Amino acid sequence: MAPRLKTSDLPSFRNGVHPPENKDLTSGIPSRRLPFPDEIILPLSQHIGRPAEALVKPGDRIERGDVIAKASGYVSSYVHATASGTVKSIEHWPHPAGAMQPSVRIDVDPHSTQLQRPRLVPHWDEVPEEQLSEEISKAGIVGLGGAAFPMHVKLRPPADQPVDVLMVNGSECEPYLTSDHRTMLERPEHVYQGIRIVLRALGISRAVIGIEVNKPDAIEVMRNTAPDDLDIQVQPLKVKYPQGAEKMLIKAVTGRVVPSGKLPASVGALVQNVATTASVALVFETGQPLIERIITVSGRGIRQPGNWVIPFGTKLSDVIAACGGFTEDASEIVFGGPMMGQSQASLDVPVLKATGGILVLSKDECKRQDILPCIRCGKCIDACPVFLNPQLMGALARVDRFEEMAGNNLGDCMLCGCCSFVCPSNIPLSQLFAMSRIQLSRLQAA
Amino acid sequence: MKARQEKPAVVKITAAPHVRSPESTARIMWSVVLSLMPVIVASIWFFGPSALLVLVASVAGCLITERLFGDRSDSLADGSAMITGLLLGLCLPAGFPLWMAFLGGVFGVGFGKIVFGGLGQNIFNPALLGRAFLQAAFPVAITTWPVRTADWWALRGDNFALPLMTASADAVTGATPLGELKFSDDPVITPLLDLFLGSISGSLGETSALLILLGGIYLALRGHLNWHIPVSILVSVYAFSGLFYWLGLSPFSPGFMLFSGGLMLGAWYMATDMVTSPVTHTGCWIFGVSIGLLVVIIRIWGGLPEGVMYAILLMNALVPFINRATQPRKFGSVRGKSGPVAEKES
Repeated sequence: MAPRLKTSDLPSFRNGVHPPENKDLTSGIPSRRLPFPDEIILPLSQHIGRPAEALVKPGDRIERGDVIAKASGYVSSYVHATASGTVKSIEHWPHPAGAMQPSVRIDVDPHSTQLQRPRLVPHWDEVPEEQLSEEISKAGIVGLGGAAFPMHVKLRPPADQPVDVLMVNGSECEPYLTSDHRTMLERPEHVYQGIRIVLRALGISRAVIGIEVNKPDAIEVMRNTAPDDLDIQVQPLKVKYPQGAEKMLIKAVTGRVVPSGKLPASVGALVQNVATTASVALVFETGQPLIERIITVSGRGIRQPGNWVIPFGTKLSDVIAACGGFTEDASEIVFGGPMMGQSQASLDVPVLKATGGILVLSKDECKRQDILPCIRCGKCIDACPVFLNPQLMGALARVDRFEEMAGNNLGDCMLCGCCSFVCPSNIPLSQLFAMSRIQLSRLQAA
Repeated sequence: MKARQEKPAVVKITAAPHVRSPESTARIMWSVVLSLMPVIVASIWFFGPSALLVLVASVAGCLITERLFGDRSDSLADGSAMITGLLLGLCLPAGFPLWMAFLGGVFGVGFGKIVFGGLGQNIFNPALLGRAFLQAAFPVAITTWPVRTADWWALRGDNFALPLMTASADAVTGATPLGELKFSDDPVITPLLDLFLGSISGSLGETSALLILLGGIYLALRGHLNWHIPVSILVSVYAFSGLFYWLGLSPFSPGFMLFSGGLMLGAWYMATDMVTSPVTHTGCWIFGVSIGLLVVIIRIWGGLPEGVMYAILLMNALVPFINRATQPRKFGSVRGKSGPVAEKES
């Protein structure tokens, strides 16, 4: 491995935290393909926005790559079959986000070669720019960094807010996760091809790839493979959570501050994750829509941590089985990273487009500690990357003063979890804020 | 792929973040206690068994009150009552009657903390409130400063006086360096080195500036105290006392000011109490500089030789206002109507 770069003088943002990285568990393990499971569960809602509209019915024979649900509005996304087989039913099924969601259940054909159905896609360089985002939308591409925002929406910034720089997010600041890292190491040509296509769709020429310096090999690979004809800058970044948050990344790389309540486009920037751009490249290379990705399976509660190419809809139980099962002291299963990921109660939940990691944490990794009174140490204020006062908001949340919290900029909270992470009294601040937001929207709706 | 994996016996369902920093409130409190150990040992070295007795009495007062009336059954475990007891003991003279020290602890924890709702709810530093109570109730006893005697084992005063009785023993007393310089007609100025190392008369913890400094720096390095507070206090005291000394208004040289009295203990251990100090760094600077100014004013023009206690208590009361005035400005806040704050290209 290349030596880690010096961190002084590297651009970053103010505040934030340094959780233990724990990336060594999987960062050196090349991605492998997970065997196709017997059954695939594809929720119609795998993205931000309206759920997709199912186009199949029970009994339909479908091939890998076929559209099974179409976008039901502008902010929505297509869903494709990730394996060939027969539609068993469309029913409510446990969803990683918590509630049951309408999902397409597919019996996977055990005899299928699982090759993708050939699909005709126009050459990216020959179609009009607007058609690029149309094709990207039809391929069901959503942001793979975690939020799963439909990509084609981002590609059409408001006319009065022209974008002049594409920020490609390779910072992967969540501990444990190495899927973006592996994507950059294994598929740099796809990352760059995707960047090329996105730049053309936006009609701009400049892109910056931000990578935290705990991935020196990825920085090296991305530098060595950068195409000469593009204005590409590979920017090493300080290792700090949440460096990968859009606003933090833009601040670190360009010094621009996205105004509160505004989108990155308001400062002329657009952020895409490296895995997202790599998936865009595949759309125009082989016609493959977004049906699978590299997912990190890690934590000390799983016997064989690793990076896997997993078709969406694979059930958690199948992933766990392929990774050797749980260890004795496995205690919590998380979809996503340990800072913002979501605990799972069922092994039936399927892997989604935005699932960058599956963590099985051991008892030691996620110790439960008693909650003590706030001692007003101010550590949460020093940690908050958007300069809020979590101490004050936490005190307000505990007495249900949600409107006052809104006045203290609850809406600016990214729920990144820095405040909860540092709190010596273990007060679940970000959880209080997430719940307060729900309460507040109910109050305002009433 | 057929084999269904057995779920772990217990699956935790918690909200993010699922990992926490190892820091804990109890750990912060107990490391403060640990860092006070050298100061405690030094006070016993200087003042003999009397020092230990006073400390034990005030700690006992605090712990018993916390155990009996505390808001949580296990509230002794967080270490905050222990700190209050030790700090209170350290700002008392060695010959202090034990029942008074005990009472000071009861008052400090009971009325300084528990009546406000327990840990994290109090406005005033409990140890200083306990001392302020003792100062008001027993003004003579609390200003009877024993001197060092040849016999280490001898008691330094009337430790075992019974409640409500007048003192009987004739302790050998001496003025503190501050009192000497302020009230004596022909003051002997204590050398700075003695002040720094601690071979002077005074309260238990007001003697060795060096050890307090070491303990404070240890805590600051571990992130258990906000260094902005002691630094701003000390800088402020040095600057203001220097100014008044230079103007000829004050008999105290800035160096003397810095290392005499309870300033070191107050700046590093009392003012930095997280509960009763501001939450933002800007607030801490305002807090510290104000304390420093008040200390200098009280020492030069006040009726008492020492002003650290009242300076800190006074500023404790203003902390909610300082907090309100120094709220952080949210990321990307728009100043006036002129657009984003720093929309510049680097």
